[in-house]
Amino acid sequence: MRATIIAAFLAASALFAQDLPRFRWENFTTANGLPDNRVYSVCVDGGRIWAGTDNGLALYENGKWRVFTTADGLAHRAVLYLALDKKTHTLWIATMGGLSRYSAGRIDTFTQLNSGLPNDVVYGVTVQGDLVWVATAAGGARFDTRTSQWSIFNERNTPMQEIWTYNVSAAEDKVYYAVWGGGVLEYDVQTERWKDYSDPDGETEIVLHKDEGLIHEVTTSVSYVNKILWAATYFGASRYDGRYWRNFLDKDSGLPSNFLNQVKSVDGTRTWFSTDKGLAYYDGVQWATYRPALDTHAPEMLVRDAAGVVTHVPVTTAPAFHYTFGIDFQNDDIWVATAKGLSHGIRIKPGDK
Amino acid sequence: MGTGMQVARGFTPGGENARPQTGVGKLKHALPILACLVFASAAAAQSRYPSPDDLVLSPDGTRLYAVLSGTGEVVAIDTAKRAIAGRVAVGKVPRGIAVTPDGARLYVTNSWADTVSEIDAAAMQPLRTLPAGFEPTGIAFDGRGTLYVANRLSDDVAVVDLASGAITRRLIAAHGASYAAASADGSRIYVTHIYPMVGQFRTPPRSEIAEIDARTQIVINRISLPDAAGVFHVAISRDGRLGLAALLRPRNLVPLAHVEHGWAFGDSLAVFGEDIGGVVQLPLDAIEDYFSLPFGVAIAPDKKRAYVSASGSNEVAVLDLARLVAAARSPQAARMANDLSAASHYVIARIPVGRNPRNIALSADGATLWVANRLDDTISIIDTARLAVSGTIALGGPATLTAERRGERLFYSSAVAFGHSFGCANCHLDSTFDGLNWDLEPDGFGIDIVDNRALEDIADTSPFKWNGQNPDLQTECGPRTERYFFRSQGIRGDDLEDLVSYIKAIPLRPNRYRAPDGELTPAQERGKAIFLRTNRKDGTPIPEGLQCFVCHSGKYYTNQLVADVGTGKPTDRSPLIDTPELTNVVNSAPYLHDGSAHTFEEIWTIFNPKDQHGVTNDLAKDELNDLIEYLKTL
Repeated sequence: MRATIIAAFLAASALFAQDLPRFRWENFTTANGLPDNRVYSVCVDGGRIWAGTDNGLALYENGKWRVFTTADGLAHRAVLYLALDKKTHTLWIATMGGLSRYSAGRIDTFTQLNSGLPNDVVYGVTVQGDLVWVATAAGGARFDTRTSQWSIFNERNTPMQEIWTYNVSAAEDKVYYAVWGGGVLEYDVQTERWKDYSDPDGETEIVLHKDEGLIHEVTTSVSYVNKILWAATYFGASRYDGRYWRNFLDKDSGLPSNFLNQVKSVDGTRTWFSTDKGLAYYDGVQWATYRPALDTHAPEMLVRDAAGVVTHVPVTTAPAFHYTFGIDFQNDDIWVATAKGLSHGIRIKPGDK
Repeated sequence: MGTGMQVARGFTPGGENARPQTGVGKLKHALPILACLVFASAAAAQSRYPSPDDLVLSPDGTRLYAVLSGTGEVVAIDTAKRAIAGRVAVGKVPRGIAVTPDGARLYVTNSWADTVSEIDAAAMQPLRTLPAGFEPTGIAFDGRGTLYVANRLSDDVAVVDLASGAITRRLIAAHGASYAAASADGSRIYVTHIYPMVGQFRTPPRSEIAEIDARTQIVINRISLPDAAGVFHVAISRDGRLGLAALLRPRNLVPLAHVEHGWAFGDSLAVFGEDIGGVVQLPLDAIEDYFSLPFGVAIAPDKKRAYVSASGSNEVAVLDLARLVAAARSPQAARMANDLSAASHYVIARIPVGRNPRNIALSADGATLWVANRLDDTISIIDTARLAVSGTIALGGPATLTAERRGERLFYSSAVAFGHSFGCANCHLDSTFDGLNWDLEPDGFGIDIVDNRALEDIADTSPFKWNGQNPDLQTECGPRTERYFFRSQGIRGDDLEDLVSYIKAIPLRPNRYRAPDGELTPAQERGKAIFLRTNRKDGTPIPEGLQCFVCHSGKYYTNQLVADVGTGKPTDRSPLIDTPELTNVVNSAPYLHDGSAHTFEEIWTIFNPKDQHGVTNDLAKDELNDLIEYLKTL
């Protein structure tokens, strides 16, 4: 009887695993035309792919990479983050030396010297209608593209405990900043008020009050979709629905690591995480991890079901490296920036070989 | 009789030469109410010069619509009768016009109101007022339901959905976005700009033509125009394979001592498209016979000819397109831009027209070209077969010329310069500025580089010139122009007084950053407090000469004195700089006496290391941003 139950359970797990996205991975490196293998960010613009690398911005179009450097007007060679204005297809480019803007072949650059940008080290950027929100090493900023007005947000006008903002995510109603060492900062568009969220136990290395607030102060990324906030930290992930927090650690979830570089949610539930030990996915119940195995480097896909049972799904390809940074979606496909190249996860549909 | 009256000179159908006619014509019987409105509108505008600027023909060719920037109207001209058939008041300082393919609607940019007027073309009645950006100028319609409006002061293109009447997106254009044209099928929109793009200090200017895919409503290409600053109207051939844009190639990096060598401006055309396989710039000038300030462009439907107006030398050039394309495709094309012998290969005629010809419109059969002569208040009618003016339509206006109007004609004319190569308006585009820094005097290469200053509301801001050495505008614009600019003759005597009258009358444009009720935003209020402060943040007093409002004082924010604010360069003969007025300073980047600061921020982040140009180094970045937000309101 017990054997039958176990067999049924395993069969059900395999079935659930079937529902998790599977990919055929194609990887791009300098051998294919990328300017650098260290890819920090990726941004999908229809059939065009933008990659922000340690040595320039690259555009993949019609099977070829085109590279943009400081000689083309890029603020700095190290491109940390990318955001697309989906209305105008203008690309906003966060770099280590300022904020650049690409439009139809022209790059304009905003720096702390020539504009109201608070600092040239720009970690994150996002577009909210006519507004561009920026995360810098000296606070957040908002650029109104209609009036060219810059507004700076820092410890003087927000409850920002640290001014090292690392990432920003915006929707119509709210804007969230990941503040490295300062938790999460929320801006309410209607009331124009700020609110901060911090780790309730204040402990940097341990979690005393799980699910009672943000998992940790050292936040690296935020993703706000369908009124659900996800926050990535170097010590786990948090989900906040406006009332309840839920935290995720590697020991009690499918996260392959608590060291998270980015979180990007599809719909508030289905969410992707880039970690130092692989790319992770959570569908609200199950988890999956995609990576070259940490020991053998063989392609690996791990699935963790609701019961915590981990199974290996046989795969023949994997992302370029386990240390992952940026994520973006292209219909059912996914693109992942890694420390050793850019990876394109081509979705394997049921029936595909 | 108001300005509804028009007088036709030269040929008119029926032999009614010089016979006064009522402009309302048949419509006054059919539409008495409209006639009353027309009369009222005309009466209100009677004291102002019409100043026709943009033109468009109805698709059936029976109506020519002219935008009257001076009176704030659009007039409809019966092209058969060559008579005004109606008029309608629009917004402040209208500049551009587009017509729908069915001829039912007109759309007019109101550059001082930041709106677009939608007009019922048959009734000449306003229907809606649509939003635009800052100083909407050029406008194009895609033929389906979307307007593209080039906004000069917001450097963008507003995409206006006619169904909702709302701006659905703003596309990034370049500095001074001003003119727009749609391809015949409406699939592409091309947008030019009149001020150069930001570049490194003392490097050749650059411009571009933005190409918009009207299907996706995004900019898909930026046609690069090196060495160009001041790009005006653009036209696309009916097959979409050839584009022409009128432009200036300023030689601002070398002293104007070289005017005699044809080295002040190149009056040129950008020739681009599939027929060319790229873009080249070809000259319109001839030796000692310059085609000054090219502005309007039209391409004949059969692609045999093109026409370009010269708003400084008051003429229209007729170009043989086959020869032009051949020149553009020749191996020598890249070197031809400065070749004053090149134009003779493709310019087959230059037809004198009225003063300050602006845009032109060509009939569908290519037989008739209409020219808006802004400073004559007339429309020239060119018979393209005879290559001659066949008639002129007067648009009314005051019977006598004021000193200001005479001065305006001088300002826009290139007649006094060597080879009539340029006039005041070449650098002060549309009476503003050109965004360039110049090496004006024959004092050696790179000595005393000066930024071109704006001219709005400067009557009471003497002295003039960046070194403050010209006590009045008569000195600034008189013998100096002969010696340092025109190299032929200056503007003197009564002419000089007229010119000065005009310059003093150039109005201040509406400030887009100051609320109508004068109330400041919180950021502007904080910035004002910084502007007015007398103590540093640490409480120590700021010396009076380093307080912003001391030098930038009074109505125009200038104490009208010179000062050394530490911005002088080793190439400046004196570090003493005239304190510039700050009214509408937001519009006139670049900044400082030599234009070395591309933005407001650079004035203080780069060029004020020792706090000589006001005490600013104790300010945090957000405080500097606040100060700038206040300066934008001045």
